Amino acid sequence: MTDYPTFEHDVIVIGAGGAGLRAAIEASGSGVSVGLICKSLLGKAHTVMAEGGMAAAMGHNDDRDNWKVHFSDTMRGGQYVNNWRMAELHAKEAPDRVRELESWGAVFDRTKDGRINQRNFGGHRYPRLAHVGDRTGLELIRTLQDHGIHQGIEVYMEVTVLSLLKDGDRVVGCLAYEREHGRFRIYKAKAVILATGGIGRAYKITSNSWEGTGDGHALAYDAGAELIDMEFIQFHPTGMVWPPSVRGILVTEGVRGEGGILRNSEGKRFMFDDIPDNYKDQTSDTEEEGWRYVTGDKNARRPPELLTRDHVARCIMREVKAGRGSPHGGVYLDIAWIKEKIKDAPEHIKKKLPSMYHQFKQLANLDITTTPMEVGPTTHYVMGGIRVNADTQESTVPGLFAAGECAAGINGANRLGGNSLSDLIVFGKRAGEHAAIFAKENGHGTLDNAAIEQTAKAALEPFDRDGGENPYTIQHDLQEMMQANVGIVRQHDEMVEALNGLDALKSRAARTFVPGNIDFNPGWHTALDLHNLLVVSEAIARAAIERKESRGGHFREDFPGKDPEFAKFNYSLKKSEGGGMEISKNPIPEMPDYLKEVIEEMG
Amino acid sequence: MKKATFSIRRGGRETAEMVDYQTEVSEGMVVLDAVHQIQAESAPDLACRWNCKAGKCGSCSAEINGMPKLMCMTRLDTIPLDQPVTIEPIRAFPAVKDLIADVSWNYEVKKRIKKFKPRAPDAEDGTWRMLQEDVDRVQEFRKCIECFLCQDVCHVLRDHNKHEEFIGPRFLVYAAALEMHPLDTEDRTGDLKDMHGIGYCNITKCCTKVCPEHITITDNAIIPLKERVVDEYYDPLKRLVKLFRKK
Repeated sequence: MTDYPTFEHDVIVIGAGGAGLRAAIEASGSGVSVGLICKSLLGKAHTVMAEGGMAAAMGHNDDRDNWKVHFSDTMRGGQYVNNWRMAELHAKEAPDRVRELESWGAVFDRTKDGRINQRNFGGHRYPRLAHVGDRTGLELIRTLQDHGIHQGIEVYMEVTVLSLLKDGDRVVGCLAYEREHGRFRIYKAKAVILATGGIGRAYKITSNSWEGTGDGHALAYDAGAELIDMEFIQFHPTGMVWPPSVRGILVTEGVRGEGGILRNSEGKRFMFDDIPDNYKDQTSDTEEEGWRYVTGDKNARRPPELLTRDHVARCIMREVKAGRGSPHGGVYLDIAWIKEKIKDAPEHIKKKLPSMYHQFKQLANLDITTTPMEVGPTTHYVMGGIRVNADTQESTVPGLFAAGECAAGINGANRLGGNSLSDLIVFGKRAGEHAAIFAKENGHGTLDNAAIEQTAKAALEPFDRDGGENPYTIQHDLQEMMQANVGIVRQHDEMVEALNGLDALKSRAARTFVPGNIDFNPGWHTALDLHNLLVVSEAIARAAIERKESRGGHFREDFPGKDPEFAKFNYSLKKSEGGGMEISKNPIPEMPDYLKEVIEEMG
Repeated sequence: MKKATFSIRRGGRETAEMVDYQTEVSEGMVVLDAVHQIQAESAPDLACRWNCKAGKCGSCSAEINGMPKLMCMTRLDTIPLDQPVTIEPIRAFPAVKDLIADVSWNYEVKKRIKKFKPRAPDAEDGTWRMLQEDVDRVQEFRKCIECFLCQDVCHVLRDHNKHEEFIGPRFLVYAAALEMHPLDTEDRTGDLKDMHGIGYCNITKCCTKVCPEHITITDNAIIPLKERVVDEYYDPLKRLVKLFRKK
């Protein structure tokens, strides 16, 4: 019998970024007891890194905007393999969720008539992103945090979940350890919500923090849930590339939304060279028209720098490969040039992009108001994740819900910038609501002590060995391999090599050695996170091998074109009876007529 | 490549010592990179907090050569490397292990500050109208990343340990953001005077100096709040009026 401390709640939320906090607020508001587990301290989750804004068709800056345009933009950006129901709900509900934040104290930038100001962003036809300078994520998380602490939510900081606990088919809690003393603890719950964010740490160049190790993806997978769309990884076109220690840190798309342009080493604005057919009608032909667009001319079309992220990232790669890159292997992102167009440009830039200004000033010794930045693609976001019911966010395992980046469906093959923050609050709320309903309808389950003991024992093995692999080295090797073999440009042989490489890494991960004791030991934490990284990496590689076409965030050098056959299904990955990873096709249900009409109407 | 020496606090809540580590220094490196390199090379169990590595989350606060800073934003080429660089946890709070401080007190303090209470919506659709110039000041306060460096240097907390009576600059900024929010209708002046101990601050401005977000903590947040308290409770005319009202 285990005697680990046990905490009991109706609903346990794992992850305290935007989605987790919003879910916890909703669930606790409906009268159930909620425990919120944070891997870090409260308010530090990766949501704080979101810069540009949250997309919601409020139409404040252009009254032609509405849910239909947002829906069709999201579907087009996702190349039509999205879960259309999620895209619909998201487009319809985002405005209310944003207004709700204002009623909880969020202070968005304002329009001249005193409403929430909205900015342009890639793939969005009209100015749609509610924002606060370039620190919108911080505003979101702080608003939810400050609202949530008065709701009676029990917050467990610096606790990491090791496994979900099941009673038969149903999830009934989780086993975790607290960081300070490394002690195990059990959380019993009638429903569990995963809101653990992304997987960026599987790659060498990433905008993600140490937390982005695919925990929710792997926890769900191990508990028998399905993952879908794992081949779709978003490489954000503009990460910092120099100096080496900051490589990968995000440079917001807001720079381009405010008029920033991309140039190669020859000074050419190369984004005009390749505009995809399905965006030709919406994209400006001349630099002059592009400038009119970013300064609010409703008759102008957007500049090609604001095409979708997958496309911009590939254009940058093309320039670098062709030898037209910047000295450190990127291209130039120039916002300083707007001084040709407006007075007080330096002040304007500092006001609109304050944290970008500081980030470059402090980390790269570069003044963005006078000098172009060097930027290149960075692993930013995973479109793939836990397969959920669009309305309830319940996974394929009863009692297990998911929201935010770790859930999949809304984004299809490529996410539009700004759709993530709104995804967090729209589906965070829905997950909280439906997990609470589930908790009210179901009692607590019975815990499987043998499973708990087995997981706990395995977790301590790195201390029992006399020597072995350094977990940091394994993580590093995994990142190198995924970057090289399953990165922005993919091909069959390299990915098969990656699968073999993953097998080797798995056996090394089973031989990790960690010195010291269980008190706040990052070496041990790194060793424990390896399992999750290996699961998501394998899922990415397997799905990417199968998808023999190029679409959105998945680009195959050996299959560079889009194949309509592959638009008919999502790849789904599941743990087989024998323990191996099984891949299958999930047909995409046919879109109802009213949504088809919206797509047609919007062109 | 050249090597540098980092003298890092190692130990738990009770006992600790400074341990020297050498690691290679490359162009553009920040202190947090050095700590990560040391973890990967020679001290896997060296505990430190970090998340965004871009000065946006406020997790990696530490005292570098005695100066409170974010490790992720402190470039090595801004500090002398000919002698060991000392790295210690922030000292206004109990040390937990190595570079980790127990900052849980801050989370408790925040709960004691009355929450946001908006006025009724301005428009029929349930929304409000606010002008940009009316929210500029509040947006400055809301830039706070809760790194607690201001709490760390505040002598009321650091030297006089008034954690029971004084909420510290971070939460005065938080209270100011609520008090000056155009929509807020709550009154926190009484609490600021009695529960939150605003009188303890004698405006030495140390907090403003260390703020990585460059929030003008003392001038823009604390002094206006102090003025509100004075107006409300120490204005002789108002006291007279109150006295008569009571009768």
